[in-house]
Amino acid sequence: SSIRCALTPALKTTLDKVVTSHKVVLFMKGTKDFPQCGFSQTVVQILKSLNVPFESVNILENELLRQGLKDYSSWPTFPQLYIDGEFFGGCDITVEAYKSGELQEQVEKAMCS
Amino acid sequence: MGVTKELVESTLKSKLNPSHLEVVDTSGGCGASFAIEIVSEQFEGKRLLERHRLVNAALVEEMKEIHALSIKKAVTPAQWKQQQETQQSTSAA
Repeated sequence: SSIRCALTPALKTTLDKVVTSHKVVLFMKGTKDFPQCGFSQTVVQILKSLNVPFESVNILENELLRQGLKDYSSWPTFPQLYIDGEFFGGCDITVEAYKSGELQEQVEKAMCS
Repeated sequence: MGVTKELVESTLKSKLNPSHLEVVDTSGGCGASFAIEIVSEQFEGKRLLERHRLVNAALVEEMKEIHALSIKKAVTPAQWKQQQETQQSTSAA
């Protein structure tokens, strides 16, 4: 289909920069102050409850970014959470990791690195 | 044509050979939306992210039309057995 090559080299370079320029980056539907999907809202609430400073990127405003990110992360859905430049997971993984304490551990590690 | 619960089930069965599988249609009318509980030996030795990637990969065709997918559980048969026993002892107590 037409979105097969959504991840252009230029977009990949940009995304490399975005995910490494902040310790925690959330690609989501809407913004952290106005999430537009329950799954995105869940992850925002978790990050806020952990008092994590994080950058949010609204993928609803950029269709190319939205399609490109799916290839970049090899992940088909949003939200997508990045910690320390690495893809951490979507909503379900974040919820599980929050419950087990693994998320807090990862975030603290990132903040100290 | 949307994606049905039956299609999601049969795809996961053929690709991940689960010993337990529960697919719940959670769409409530807004489009294909599913919650999944899956137990498979193929998850052995894999982290949660890799397990979810296996499920996503199995459903790559269906994902094009699935509006939302929630993987509630992706565990090994041993973990599943342990969880069932814990639940039983909790409810019995």
